[in-house]
This record gives sequence, C-alpha cells and structure tokens, in this order.
Amino acid sequence: MSDQPAVAVKQVSKQFGAGVTALNGIDLDVQPREFVSLIGPSGCGKSTLLRIIGDLIEPSAGTVEVKGKSAHQARLDHDYGIVFQDAVLYDWRTVSKNIALPLELLRWGSEKRAQRVQDLLGLVELDGFEDNHPWQLSGGMQQRVSIARALSFEPSLLLMDEPFGALDEMTRERLNLELLRIWEATAAAIVFVTHSIAEAVFLSTRVVVMSARPGRVAAIVDVDLPHPRTVETREDPRFFELVTAVRDRLKTGEVAV
Amino acid sequence: MLTRAAECGKHARMASIAVDRTTTPRVSAIQGARRVGLVAAGIAAFWLLWEGYRWFGETVGITWPFPVNETTMPHIHDMLHALTLPLQPGGPPLIQLEWHWALFTMKEALLGFVLGGVIGFSLAVLLAHSIVLRRGLLPYIVVSQTVPILAIAPMVVVGLGTKGVTPWISVAVIAAYLTFFPVAVNTLRGLLSPRPADVELMRSYAADRRSVLWKLRFPTSLPFIFSALKISATASVVGAIIGETPASIQDGLGGAIVNFNQYYSTNPERLWATNIICALLGFLFFGAVVLAEHLILKRAPEHVA
Repeated sequence: MSDQPAVAVKQVSKQFGAGVTALNGIDLDVQPREFVSLIGPSGCGKSTLLRIIGDLIEPSAGTVEVKGKSAHQARLDHDYGIVFQDAVLYDWRTVSKNIALPLELLRWGSEKRAQRVQDLLGLVELDGFEDNHPWQLSGGMQQRVSIARALSFEPSLLLMDEPFGALDEMTRERLNLELLRIWEATAAAIVFVTHSIAEAVFLSTRVVVMSARPGRVAAIVDVDLPHPRTVETREDPRFFELVTAVRDRLKTGEVAV
Repeated sequence: MLTRAAECGKHARMASIAVDRTTTPRVSAIQGARRVGLVAAGIAAFWLLWEGYRWFGETVGITWPFPVNETTMPHIHDMLHALTLPLQPGGPPLIQLEWHWALFTMKEALLGFVLGGVIGFSLAVLLAHSIVLRRGLLPYIVVSQTVPILAIAPMVVVGLGTKGVTPWISVAVIAAYLTFFPVAVNTLRGLLSPRPADVELMRSYAADRRSVLWKLRFPTSLPFIFSALKISATASVVGAIIGETPASIQDGLGGAIVNFNQYYSTNPERLWATNIICALLGFLFFGAVVLAEHLILKRAPEHVA
C-alpha cells in the first residue's frame, strides 16, 4: 500500500464542448509525500488537471487513480483536501467553525473536533482568531484558515489551485515558508497549481511544466534544493539555475506549439 | 525573523479591531436613539400633513379627489380620543375592545404566518432539489397568487367549516395563503444562490444533499428568507383581517372594521382608530422579524441591510 503512488494519471484528456481540447494525453505520477507543482501559461489546463484529479470534473478519456483507487472513490473516502484560489470560507461561520466543517461532515464528536481545531489553529498560527468571522481577516489569514480546513481530516493528498495567486508578494513568500513547514509536519502529498516560476521552484520536489493548446506536459524539472528550505534558499545559485531551467522549458513549450 | 515581525503587526492590528468591537454597544445605543427619533419625527410629519391638509382643504373648500370635512378626514386627536370612549353608555372604553380584537386577530395572523412560513420553506426546499418540479409547479404557485383573496376566503371558510374546523383557524389558513408565496419564492432563490465554489467545496468533501442543504444552502438563503418574512409578516395581518370578513367573525379587527364601516357617517373616528390598531399590529409583526434578523444574522457589515 505504501509504495502505491499518491496519484497516478494515465493518458488523461479533456475536451470542453466541440473541439476545444483542454488536456491531451497527460501522464503523471505523484509519490506519497511529494510536492509537485503544475506550471504553465493560461489555458494550459493545469487547473483542469487538478480538478480531474480531485474528481470535481471527469476526464473525457484516460484514468486517474489516487492511492490505487479511482478518483471518484478517493473523493468519497475523503482522501484529499482542496484549497482554491479564493479561500471559499463560509461567512456565517467563525474561523473555528470553518475549519471544523469537514469534521462535522465526517461526524466527529464535538470534543474531538474542538481539540483538532485548536491544534490546527496553532499549526497555521491563527491562535486567538478562532471566534473571528472570515470578513474580519486579511486575505493571507483567510487562506491560512482554508489550508487548516483542508488539513483538518488529515487527507493523504492536498490539491491547491493557485492558493496564493490573489495575495501580495510579501504575504505570498511568507505563506510559502509556512506551507513548507506544514507540509513537513503532515504526511500529505501536494499537487500545487501556480503561475509563478519562483514559487514553483521554491516549494516543489518536482515542477511539471505544461504547454497550452492542447494542454500537455512539456517537461518535468526535478528540484534538488535541500530541505528544509528557508529564506536563504531564494538566494541560492542553484535556485536561480532551476528558475532559469523552468523558464526555458516554458519557452520551448510555447515554441513547440 | 522578519516574517515574524510582519506577523506580529498583523496580530496587533486584528487585536485592535477586537478591542473596537467592545465599544459597539454604546455606538448601537446612539444609533438606536437616533432611529427612535427618526420614527417620532416621521409620525409628527404625518400628523402635520394630515391636519394641515384638513385645515387647508376646509378653508379653501377642496372637493377633489374628495371633499375635506369632519367625515372624510377626522382629526387624529379625535381618533385617539375615540379610543378612550365607550361604544355604549356604561360599556368599556373602545381601546379595551380593540385590545381583545387585536389579540384575536394576532392569534390568526401568527398561526397563518407560521403555517405559511413552513409551507413556503418546504416548497422551496422541494423545488430547489428538482428542476422538473421547478418547471412544473412554479407556474401554478405564481398563478395561485393571482386569484383574489376575497374569492378564496369564503371557499376556505365554508370548506373547512364542513370538516368541523373552527372559523379562526380557517382565517389563519387564508393568512397562510398570502404568506407562503413570498417565502417560497425568496427561499428558493436563496437556496440556489451559493457560489459555485461554495458548492464545489462541499462536493470535495463528498457531502450528502442533506448536509449541503443545512450547512450551505440554508445559511446562504437566510438573508433572502428574512426579506420574505418581512413581507409575510404584514401580509399575514392583512390576510387575517380580510379573512374574518367572509367568515363573519365578530371577535377580531376585521369584524370591527366591517361593523364600524356601517356607522361611518356618524362615527368615522372609530373606523380610523381601528385602522391605527391594525397598523400597529402590522408594525409589531414586522418589528419582530427585524429583531429576529438582527439576532440571527451575523454577516459581513455590508451584507446586513
């Protein structure tokens, strides 16, 4: 069971309507505890791929397996947590209650739920904000609530769709560090969609470079930067080399179209 | 370390917001006083307008759209004064009778309001979950409201009467007929109003329909439901008053209006006094809904109308 890939995408294609091919013949394996970023130009289908992995939409062809099960079964089994670009918090719920939402759906007892929420508030550094409502928080704090909510039931897979895309650069870099710390504290594999080359390189163990029309995998770049990554990692010459490598692959991807 | 400092700054800012919130009772007390002042000013303005028009009309001799005199526009102080006088010598003052009538009509309206609310909400839940029902049933629900209440009321009273239902409950049913509609239409709209991402989140948790209904759709629809309940609150009072007419109920405000209507030429201020009581009852219902909304809805400030 443990040597099964966290995600196995085989020959996945997706057509929207007549003749619009969003994805074409995607193959991708994500190992347990791996951090994989999907990067590419707008319209390369990276969000679509993420949604197919999460069984939020169905592929036109091909299969997706999560821990050896169909994506559909994985969703029913609560195998993944999802973080969207918007925090998607429920306004009428407090921070704690937003984090506890999936636990309520899983019918956890209220005491166990409260304990778990306390732990998560600590993990995302939001102690003291449990009784605030989402609209009282900054964008970065909202996104941390969203991450805590996705982690609450300890899913083996975290799907993140440009989670920091709407945040300012400074908040984004701080949350990148926090996300890495959280990732190392959990047993989850992460599939992370982003527009930012630096973000992809800084966070990932592997960067999947995609190209558009039709969306496909143009290249995969292994990121051999040491862990744990820190503020200094961004100054590392190797970091710049890898950023350049990803940027080149993105360009060749465009040329190849 | 730098990131820590930034973090601390955030915390401090949020903490100060939390402190600000403790001062809100005083702020809301000032706002409350201002609101009471506005209502008083509104009443005073209406009073002035009424008496001013009366005085002007009588002085100039206005005949259009109606001649202005003691019968068509009694003085407001006469209406209030009429409340203190007995209908027959030795009887209780009118206000005491009005009080009993109002309680009776309130009972009908309240049951009608609750009944209509429950029916309207249930219908909306049903329609929200089935496009087929929505297409098939919604037109009839709309048509139901185009049939005049005066045509429906006798049928309800007679129909339910043969089944041994007490007349006041029949009146409540008539009130419910008026109140279910806004609740059904608005609740349906509210239940269908969650953002696609809100629904997708629930889908990612493989939440069942019931959970989606109670943890997402229902909370999202609450502002819509309260808008509907405000309409229904006053409509249920109107429904109860009108419903008493064909039911020949003498114990409520509707019966009193019919009665005073017959003696309008001699005692117009009694009808007007009863109108004031009806209006107050409507205000009471409306106010109760507004109060409930304030207590229940804790949304972003811009969401609270």
